[in-house]
Amino acid sequence: MQTELKINGDKHVLDLDSRTTLLDVLRHHIGLTGTKKGCDHGQCGACTVIVNGRRINSCLTLACMHDGDEITTIEGLGTPDDLNPLQAAFVAHDGFQCGYCTPGQICSATAMLKEAKAGWPSHVTEDMASTPDLTDAEISERMSGNLCRCSAYPNIVDAIREVARGGKE
Amino acid sequence: MRPFDYQRARTLSDVASAAQQGAAIIAGGTNLLDLMKLEVMTPERLVDITRLDLKAIEETDDGGLRVGALVTNSDLAADMRVRTRWPVLAKALLSGASGQLRNKATTGGNLLQRTRCYYFYDTAMPCNKREPGSGCAAIGGFNRIHAILGASEKCIATHPSDMAVAMLALGAKVEITDRAGNDRTVSLDKFHLLPGDTPEKETVLEPGDLITGVVLPAPVQGRQIYRKVRDRASYAFALVSIAAVVDVKDEKIARADLAFGGLAHKPWRDAALETALVGKPVSEAAFDAAADILLKDAKPQGSNDFKIPLARRVLISVLKEATR
Repeated sequence: MQTELKINGDKHVLDLDSRTTLLDVLRHHIGLTGTKKGCDHGQCGACTVIVNGRRINSCLTLACMHDGDEITTIEGLGTPDDLNPLQAAFVAHDGFQCGYCTPGQICSATAMLKEAKAGWPSHVTEDMASTPDLTDAEISERMSGNLCRCSAYPNIVDAIREVARGGKE
Repeated sequence: MRPFDYQRARTLSDVASAAQQGAAIIAGGTNLLDLMKLEVMTPERLVDITRLDLKAIEETDDGGLRVGALVTNSDLAADMRVRTRWPVLAKALLSGASGQLRNKATTGGNLLQRTRCYYFYDTAMPCNKREPGSGCAAIGGFNRIHAILGASEKCIATHPSDMAVAMLALGAKVEITDRAGNDRTVSLDKFHLLPGDTPEKETVLEPGDLITGVVLPAPVQGRQIYRKVRDRASYAFALVSIAAVVDVKDEKIARADLAFGGLAHKPWRDAALETALVGKPVSEAAFDAAADILLKDAKPQGSNDFKIPLARRVLISVLKEATR
């Protein structure tokens, strides 16, 4: 199955078994191992990447279904020498312990902040028609698809809140 | 995962011809791929419908809304028309799954998602739904998440959708195209089936049928509420959920459209319960009587006994909030 993917701005043409998930393409075919395989069933969020601007679980989608799509992984957001604001905030606030869930957390948070900016409500939003402020309860609810088994949640919320408010607190 | 042939549909007739050859339809894939990885489902062909033009949300002439089958749960929940006129649906959608999954999950696929019964997922165990005639390990097993209403000797699984519960309370209709290209519309309350002797048959869809959209009628007067009770505050399936559209006039209940999740093999609606409420003064006695009707034939299974008092309390609480 020939599939063309644009990953972090680079075009890749791949010949794949139809069963190959987007996650396995990123890790095994392209060598971008920042994206992690946790549960491989869409329950933990470690594999979160951004496809055409939306966050998804890369483990629960077939690469061949993404022919022509634009994919951003953690490697596309920043580099060790040039961290993007969320990456820097996770470091500054110690938003991890083992770090395994962190790439997924950061990709998820990147897209989540865009969703919030677009005015999307969440389950904890009182009035569905309102555009809610990104309170800690809103951040937690919107990030509930990313599990952290070290339970660094308070620091993850601190990091995301800082970036949502446009800088250091 | 077992090998399969993959085909991308460009037109509805591509879907029809793939269906003739026994292809399974894939859209968001969040449930199907999960089940294929576990080899609970083992289709030999997949037809990918994600490039079909079924992504529009359009107002109908009579004030309703037509939602294309491929509209994602995220896009539907974010639509300002849904948020202002059918907020119970936005709330239900946002109470399901996670942000990542809602970005993939589609309207049609949400209706067709399979039960999360542990034994259905475990191919080492008997399951009449997965393998008709093999038995039901949930009966007499761990059945905390299982049905108390409308179950059978063959299957006590529950339908996991939140979206469908809200759509049922709103009186939605499902638009279907068959493989000959004929269109039909099925009321959502007739779309899902009770397990009976054939729990493997979950909806009225026939092989080659494609859901093309869901139509919501114009909103009716009344307060809209979606209440979901689950084991954790977010990202979990409902133990009990209720979608309610309730109107009060002159201290009396003028309308009580109520649908229930987590209780049965399909989103549950009970006309007798609604009839009993309408016309009654707003009172705890009326709410209690409604709960009696809902749970009159409830059959607990052991680990899910708690669902009977829980459903009663959630119903009374929702009715109190709706009539306050």
